Amino acid sequence: MLKILKYSFYDLIRSRWSYVYLLFYLALGFVLLFLNNDLSKAVITLMNVIIILVPLIGTIFGVMYYYNSKEFTELLLAQPIKRSSIFLGQYLGVALSLSMSLVIGLGLPFAMYGLFQSSAIWEFSLLLITGTFLTLIFTALAFNIALYNENKIKGFSYAILLWLFMAVIYDGLFLMSLIMFESYPLDKFSIGVTLFNPIDLSRILILLKLDISALLGYTGAVFQKFFGTNLGVILSCIALSIWVFLPTFNIYRKSKKKDF
Amino acid sequence: MFQIRKILFLAIFLLPVSLLGKTIKVCNSCEIKTIKSGIVIAKALDTVLVKKGKYNEFNIVIDKPLTLLGENYPIIDGELKGGIIKVISDNVTVDGLFIINVGTSYTEDYAAVRVVKSKNFLIQNLVLEKLFFGIYLEKSRDGRVFHNKIIGDAVEEYNSGNGIQLWYSQNIDIENNIITHVRDGIYLEFANDCRIKNNISSNNLRYGLHFMFSNNDLYENNTFENNGAGVAVMFSKKIKMLNNTFKENWGAASYGLLLKEINDAEIIGNIFKENTIGINIEGSNRIKYTKNSFVKNGWAIKVRGACYTNIFSNNNFMYNSFDVSYNSKLNDNKFDNNYWSGYTGYDLDKNGVGDVPYRPVKLFSYIVNRTPETIILMRSLFIDMIDFSEKVSPVFTPDDLLDKYPLMKKQG
Amino acid sequence: MIKIDNLHKDFGKNQVLKGVDLSIAEGGIFAILGPNGSGKTTLIKSILGMVIPNKGDIFIDDTPIKKSWKYREQIDYLPQIANFPANLTVQELIRMIKDLRNKPGDDTALISSFQLSPFLDKKLSNLSGGTKQKVNLVLTLMFDSPLIILDEPTTGLDPIALLELKKIIQIEKEKGKTVLITSHIMSFVEEIADEIVFLLEGKVYFKGNISTLKEKTKENDFEHAIANLLKENNA
Repeated sequence: MLKILKYSFYDLIRSRWSYVYLLFYLALGFVLLFLNNDLSKAVITLMNVIIILVPLIGTIFGVMYYYNSKEFTELLLAQPIKRSSIFLGQYLGVALSLSMSLVIGLGLPFAMYGLFQSSAIWEFSLLLITGTFLTLIFTALAFNIALYNENKIKGFSYAILLWLFMAVIYDGLFLMSLIMFESYPLDKFSIGVTLFNPIDLSRILILLKLDISALLGYTGAVFQKFFGTNLGVILSCIALSIWVFLPTFNIYRKSKKKDF
Repeated sequence: MFQIRKILFLAIFLLPVSLLGKTIKVCNSCEIKTIKSGIVIAKALDTVLVKKGKYNEFNIVIDKPLTLLGENYPIIDGELKGGIIKVISDNVTVDGLFIINVGTSYTEDYAAVRVVKSKNFLIQNLVLEKLFFGIYLEKSRDGRVFHNKIIGDAVEEYNSGNGIQLWYSQNIDIENNIITHVRDGIYLEFANDCRIKNNISSNNLRYGLHFMFSNNDLYENNTFENNGAGVAVMFSKKIKMLNNTFKENWGAASYGLLLKEINDAEIIGNIFKENTIGINIEGSNRIKYTKNSFVKNGWAIKVRGACYTNIFSNNNFMYNSFDVSYNSKLNDNKFDNNYWSGYTGYDLDKNGVGDVPYRPVKLFSYIVNRTPETIILMRSLFIDMIDFSEKVSPVFTPDDLLDKYPLMKKQG
Repeated sequence: MIKIDNLHKDFGKNQVLKGVDLSIAEGGIFAILGPNGSGKTTLIKSILGMVIPNKGDIFIDDTPIKKSWKYREQIDYLPQIANFPANLTVQELIRMIKDLRNKPGDDTALISSFQLSPFLDKKLSNLSGGTKQKVNLVLTLMFDSPLIILDEPTTGLDPIALLELKKIIQIEKEKGKTVLITSHIMSFVEEIADEIVFLLEGKVYFKGNISTLKEKTKENDFEHAIANLLKENNA
C-alpha cells in the first residue's frame, strides 16, 4: 500500500492541478493578509472559505483522480498487489497531497506574516486540522461514489450533489426542522444532527474557538455541557474520525468485491 | 465647595492622630486586651492601635470620632456570631484590619463593617474574608472606602451578601478595592453622587456592580470579570460609565452591562470583551455610546423592548458573533461612524468612511431569538445565504437600522 | 496450468459467462477467440482476479485463486487499453512497475527491439498510441513469469514492431511458457496459435488446434472456418 501511496502522491504533486490548488491557497492567504493585515480577521474569513471549499475540492478531485487513473488502476490490478492496497493507497495519495497543498498554501503566508508570534496560532492550527479532516473525509466519500458508479458523468453529478447537500441543503433542512419543532426541547436533537454532517462538525469545532461567548448564551443543559466543557471538542473529533474511518473502510470493502 | 470641605475634613481628621489625640494600644499581652474595652477607654479623636494578634470579638460599636488602626493586620474573628464593627459616629477611620467570620442570618444583614447615619468616614486597607456582607453604608454620606480586599465564599445567591453595599447614602468614593466571590461586588440602592473608581470586581455570583434607584453616579476605570453579569444599572438616571473593562461574563443570562429603565446615561471608552452579551438594553432612552470597543462578544448589543433616541457613534465592533440584535422592527436609535469588522464595503473616495452603509442586524439573530437552538447553525453557508438575501432586501429587520458612515479603520 | 470449472458471471441482467469449463495445459500459445461480447475479456479478467465470478472455480497450478493475490506473481498481463499516469516518464514507469512487482525485469533488450530508447525521458502523456502500446508490451514482457496473458497485443503496432512481437512470443513459447492471447487479427492468430479456444454466448464452443477446426468446419481458410462456426450457431 505504501508503494501505491508513494506513486499516487508523486503523480499528483507533479500534476498541474496540485499546483493550481496550492497557488490558489497561497494567493488567498496573501490577499487576505495584505488586505487587512490582521491575522484573527483573516482566520475568520478563511474558516468560512475552508469549510465550504475544501469539501468541494476534495470530492471533485477525488472523483476526477479515480476516473482518470482507471486504466492505470487496471494495470495495477493485474499485478501481484492486494486490491485494497491499490485503492487505499490511491485514496491516501490524493488526500495527503491535497492536505499538503492546503497546509503549505495557507501556512506559508501566515507564517510570513508572523503567525508564530500571534495569538491566532491556535485558531489557525485548528483551521488546518479541520481542513485536513475534511479533505480526508470528502476524498474518501468521492472514492466511494466513483467505486459505485462506472459512469463518469453520473459520478461527477453525485459528487457535486453530495457537496451541495452537505454544505447547504442539510443546514437548510436542519434549520427548518428546528423552527418547526421549536416548542420541544431540541438541544440533544440539534447536537445529534450536527454529528451526521462533517461540514457541520468542523463548523462546530471552529465555533467553539470563535463564538464561545454566544454559544454559552443558550440555556439548555446539554448545550452547556457540550459547549462549556471539553466534551464538545472531544466528541467532534471522535465523530470526525468516525467520518474518516467509515468511508475509508467502505473503500476497502467495496474494492474487494468490485469487478473491473 | 466640596473640595474645600474635604481638605478641611482631612486636616481636622489627621491632626488629632499626631498632635491632639492619644494612642491607646490593644494587644493580647497589653493592659487592654480587647478592642471593645479600648474603644470604651478612648476619648474623641484618639487612636486605638490594635497590635498583631487574634481578637475574638463581634458587635464592636464605634460611637465617637476615633481612628481604629491595625498594626500588621491583626485578625478580628467574629466567630460567626453577627456583625463585627459598627460605626455610628461621624469622623471615624477604620484602617488595616483583617476581619473574618461574619455571622450569616436570613433576617439581619450582618456586615464586617457597618456605617450607620455617619459622615466623613474613611474605611481603608481592610481584608475581609468569610463574610456575609462586607462593608455596609447605611444612610451615610461624605465617606471613602479605599483599598480594601473582600474575598467571599458565596455559593448560592439567597444566603450570601454583597461586598460593598450602599443604602440611602450620598457622596461616597469607592476606590481601588478588590472584591471577589460575593453576591454583588458593589451594590448601590438609593445612592446618589457616588464615584466608583479603579476597583476590580470579579467572580461574583450576581453582579460586579449593581445600581438600583441611584442617580448622578460615576464609575470609571473598573474591571468586571467573570461575574454572573458585569454591571447592572436599573431604574437610575444620569449615570456616567467611563473606561471600564467588562470581560468574560459568560452564561445564559449573562451580560457585560445590563441597562434597564435607564435614562440620560453616558457610556464612553469602555471595553466589552468576550461576554455572552456585551450590553443588554431594555427600556433605556437618550443614552450616548461613544468610543467603546466590543470585542469577541456573543452579542455586542442586544436591544429588547422600547429604547429611544440612543446614539451609538465611534465605537469598535470587532469579531462579535452578532453585532446588534433587535426584537422589533421599530428603530429610533442612531448608529453612525462606527467601525465594524464585519463590514465588507469599500471606500473609493478614500475619506476613511465606507461608501455603502453597514447593516449591523442580521436575519439570523432574529431566528436565534425565536429558536435559540438554531445558534448551532452559526456561520453555516446556508445562514450566510439567507443573511445575504435579507441584507439585499430587508423583510424582517428594521430597514432604517444602518450605519450610513461606517469607518474603514478601527478607532484608537 | 489453468483449470476453470463451471464459471458463471453476470453484470446485472447481462449474463456473460454461462458455465465455462476449460483447462489449459502448460506450455504453448492459446488464442481465445469469439465474437464481440462473447466474454473473452471477462474470462481473462476472471483469471486475473479483476472480475469476481458468481459461481465456479479457477485453479492455477492446482490452487484456487479465490481471495488470493500472490498467484499473480506468476502472470504477466497486457491490458487492452494502455493508459498510464500522465505525469510519469517512460523510464519512471518502468522503474515503478519493477518496484511494485518487487522483481528485477529485463527491459533493456525489449527497449532496443521496440526502439524505445529515444522516448525514455518523455512523459507518457506526450506519446502516440502505438508507442504507448510498445511501452505497455515492455512492461508486460520484461518479467520472466510462466504465464503470459496478452489482450489485443497488436493494437496500434507498426509492421516492424509486430514482427518483433511475434519473435518474442515464439521465444517465450520455446522457454516452455504458457501464452494466452486474444486478437481480432485472424492472420496473426493463425500464424502463432497452437490451439484455439472459441467462446460463444458465454460458453466454450470449440477448443482444439487450427487443423481440427478446419476439418470440422470443412473450410480451408482459417478466417472462413471461424465465420463458419458463427453461422453454424445461427442456423
